[in-house]
Amino acid sequence: MKMPFSAMLGIFLTSSFVFLAVFAQFLAPYSITEASGGVWEGPSATHWLGTDTIGRDIFSRLIYGGQITIFVALASSVLAFSVGSFFGFMAAVRGGWADQIMSRIVDLMMAIPSLIVALVILSVLPLNLTVLILVIGLLDSTRVFRLSRAVAMDIAVMDYVEAAKLRGERQTWVIFREILPNALSPLVAEFGLRFIFAVLFISTLSFLGLGIQPPLADWGGMVKENKDGLVYGKSAALMPAFAIAALAISVNLVADWILSRTTSLKGGRGG
Amino acid sequence: MHPVLKLVVQRLALGLVLLLAVSAVIFLGIEALPGDTAQAILGQAATEVSLANLREKLGLNEPALTRYFVWLWAALHGDLGVALTNGVDIATAIGQRFGNTLFLAGCAAVISVPLAITLGLVAARYNGRWPDKVISGLTLTTISLPEFVAAYFVIFLLTQVFPIFQPVAMVFPGMSFWAKLNAVALPVIVLVMVVLAHMMRMTRAAILNVMQSAYIETAELKGLTPMQVIWRHAFPNAIAPIVSVVILNLAYLVVGVVVVEVVFGYNALGQYLVDHVTKRDLPVVQAVGMIFAAVYIGLNILADVISIGANPRLRHPK
Amino acid sequence: MADQLNKMASMVAKGAMSRREFNTRAAALGASSVLASSMLASAARADTPVKGGTLIAGIQGGESTNSLDPALAASDVPFMVNSTWGEMLVDVDNGELKMRMAEEVSSNADATQWMFKIRQGVEFHDGKTMTAEDVVATLMRHTGDEAASGAQGIVKGIKEMKAEGDMVTLTLESANADLPFLMADYHLVIQPGGGVDNPAAGNGTGAYKIVANEPGVRHTFERHANYWDSESAHADNVEIFVINDNTARTAALQSGQIHMMNRVDPKIAELLKGTEGVTIERAAGPGHYVFIMRCDAAPFDNNDLRMALKLGINRAELVEKVLGGMGSPGNDFPINAAYPLFDSSIAQREYDPAAAAEFYKKSGHDGSPIVLQVAPGAFPGAVDAANLFAASANAAGIPLTIKLEPDDGYWSNVWNVAPFCASYWGGRPVQDQMYSTAYLSSAEWNDTAYRDPAFDALLVAGRGELDSAKRKGIYSQAANMLRDNGGLICPMFNDWVEARSNTVGGWISNPAGTLMDGKALRRCWVMA
Repeated sequence: MKMPFSAMLGIFLTSSFVFLAVFAQFLAPYSITEASGGVWEGPSATHWLGTDTIGRDIFSRLIYGGQITIFVALASSVLAFSVGSFFGFMAAVRGGWADQIMSRIVDLMMAIPSLIVALVILSVLPLNLTVLILVIGLLDSTRVFRLSRAVAMDIAVMDYVEAAKLRGERQTWVIFREILPNALSPLVAEFGLRFIFAVLFISTLSFLGLGIQPPLADWGGMVKENKDGLVYGKSAALMPAFAIAALAISVNLVADWILSRTTSLKGGRGG
Repeated sequence: MHPVLKLVVQRLALGLVLLLAVSAVIFLGIEALPGDTAQAILGQAATEVSLANLREKLGLNEPALTRYFVWLWAALHGDLGVALTNGVDIATAIGQRFGNTLFLAGCAAVISVPLAITLGLVAARYNGRWPDKVISGLTLTTISLPEFVAAYFVIFLLTQVFPIFQPVAMVFPGMSFWAKLNAVALPVIVLVMVVLAHMMRMTRAAILNVMQSAYIETAELKGLTPMQVIWRHAFPNAIAPIVSVVILNLAYLVVGVVVVEVVFGYNALGQYLVDHVTKRDLPVVQAVGMIFAAVYIGLNILADVISIGANPRLRHPK
Repeated sequence: MADQLNKMASMVAKGAMSRREFNTRAAALGASSVLASSMLASAARADTPVKGGTLIAGIQGGESTNSLDPALAASDVPFMVNSTWGEMLVDVDNGELKMRMAEEVSSNADATQWMFKIRQGVEFHDGKTMTAEDVVATLMRHTGDEAASGAQGIVKGIKEMKAEGDMVTLTLESANADLPFLMADYHLVIQPGGGVDNPAAGNGTGAYKIVANEPGVRHTFERHANYWDSESAHADNVEIFVINDNTARTAALQSGQIHMMNRVDPKIAELLKGTEGVTIERAAGPGHYVFIMRCDAAPFDNNDLRMALKLGINRAELVEKVLGGMGSPGNDFPINAAYPLFDSSIAQREYDPAAAAEFYKKSGHDGSPIVLQVAPGAFPGAVDAANLFAASANAAGIPLTIKLEPDDGYWSNVWNVAPFCASYWGGRPVQDQMYSTAYLSSAEWNDTAYRDPAFDALLVAGRGELDSAKRKGIYSQAANMLRDNGGLICPMFNDWVEARSNTVGGWISNPAGTLMDGKALRRCWVMA
């Protein structure tokens, strides 16, 4: 099957972001802390994307910021999906008390606004990347749980699942061989969005003063540092905002493509 | 009893238990935070003596368990008490702000939900063709901006470049409905941008998923138009995941819009809650937390009921 | 030229320059006589109070947890709200005492007893007349052991308070030549019966009565019909909008939703200046941003290390980048030219990496990271400032690193606890109060844990000294001690940077506090 242009663009952009992030230390022209120019200078030959609120090179900070942003967002979304979808499917397949208990625990977690929970937890625990990933990932896993449970519930009442159960297949077999393949497309679509939400959630935490330790900064934190200039046409805040948008869009172009591939894999009628 | 009714009753009962659990969890959470209300109120101005005095005055020297049950007892009798920080009656303060929260969430929902579902259906109908690509591209862009960036962007565009609206979106009792609508225009625009993509994409994905089924092929062979097929056959069968996502987003509009409230100075519950978490003002945090939890639990019961109503296999369990 | 002309014209309007002199100078500047006289007319218009209308301030620093109890006021909005409905015994206006609820102040020869003659015929908003008993009850409420007041430290040196007729007599435990200035503290709003029954009633003698009190949202007022001071309270209604977001607040000013705002980010001020219809107001106040080392905690118990850090900070760069040039470099003691009796001859400390490296070596520090704890809310731009500090110190070979703390709980868990952190001081009206609040061995807020009996003795001597030349010498000595031995790194004094619409008249900067020291709504007016 021919790969559509949008998917190629998405893969190209995503891999460039990953490349920049992985090799940040070798690619960034300045260090992350060095105040090498004036306040809010425009783009120039020495500072490709200009300078920030205290004269640090934005391009270099973007590269370092991408490393942190991508790492934290990816790690927490993977965590959220592994935990959330496993328990979600389990709840749907088992039903009964197991479902009730898991669903109520998730309800309890979700019933308290996640921002508040994050605020409380992050002000008690030490602020480091591991804690941040765990908090974001586990809070997000409740959303994945609900979605995968809802999807799996519909699948679990299908005749072929009941047939498998009657055949005496083990629950894990049912989950991984019957439910997972059939639930994959909405889940993949969701993964792209969850990844963006993780990026946005980190930036919101930074906006409220909790998040990545200085002098490091995630892209959201960089937007926040520079946002006051936005109304007066200072482009510094736009660069990280643009980076977030570009990353989000390219990840989703890839997710969309995978989505259309998995649906065509089911043999029916190609897209 | 009808199984659906039984389920609703069951859920409601569970919801109440859940609320109780939430109150305990919030209480523990705030207790675990470093510092207490007295320190938070006096801030940099605290001295040993004034701290001790204020603690005594606020009743913070009682054991935690006693305070929790005293609060619970009063709350069960409908008395939410007064805020520790400024002695304002909580029920009154919350009443007005909760109204504002619902007003903002309502405005955003009335626009975003029908729009998202329509766009999702259209995108699914023209799957892979240009309308799909335009819709998907636009919604991806709106969802890819952090809320506060989107907020500053609309402030810049609609109050400075084109001075149509006002940047500070406070609403007060006594304002006319239209004046209120005008005041919340900017936050509503931002919220619609934020929640639109998620619902639209789920609608599209769920419809496309159903479109693989054999009965859709049958419907097409019957000679129905693509839109008729989607509307009559695909949509009813894709309702469960769509409703689940719509409800998630409605809940978000009620409980999760702190950042938008902060930026536009909108006087609703989120900002109120964050202020009081910072000051460790337990009665207020409890009260607001309970409201958020109740909204959330209620919406979820609704989602479950709708999913069951839409799925004949679940409606009539074998 | 226009700037200069404008300035001169307003001087004429205020009576600080004669018309004749204005015309001569305007001609010297090359202005046509038509232009000169039209400017004069518009300046006169701008300086003649306009009665009526609604004046709206958009202010940062308010929460839904705010109370109307003056004892609990800590942030900008409660400060402004309380100054609008209430008044103190006196005000401090550009270093001078202005009589408000007191009409006259006098003392005995050794400044241990102070007499305040209370203004007669002043009415509270509920119609009661203010008496000397109300004044004493107010001071008592802030002093008492069961009080929870931000002013407790200020009034605790008063041994005895007495009300007799229209006189209030305060007897002090020890001499204090500055006592009247302390009575201008914004917590000491005079309330009926001292506000003991209902401290948050919002009932005072101020220019405006509270109409709507919605903490964290807005506070609206109407003019107090029987207000005693006919020189102020021009607008019929005044409103305070709580707008905590910088960008929204600036946008609201530009779009005319509000008339004045506090806390303009210095970087924004530069950009806002170019906007039509908006004026930036700056005042060089006593407020300063600081990094504080506790002298009793390792490794800061070593004065060589403290000196290394003091020399390793680039003050000029901080003023330029963090304050956007809207401030002045500090000199590691908490006093600047905003205070009376300031000694301007003390040498300014500069960034000197070589000397810093030398002191660092001399200190024998083991090279482990020196951790500076900072939160974004420690002061505006605190994280930026800490980053710049770390970079300049690292360049001198000092292993300074930063630890970011959340704003939440910062003032209880980090400030005055951690060995090295960022903080700010709003300044005090007089030198003694600043030193006594934070540098006296026994002070509650001695956040640098600086304990030096010689320094304490100097302060006590200063309080009882009524000869100002001698007092100046004493404070100069104190400043030098703190500068060379203290735990305070004071890199910069921040100006108040505020903005108003050009339709607002009557603005006179007062460096003692934000928005004309809280008097902006009382003293300004809106031009139609």
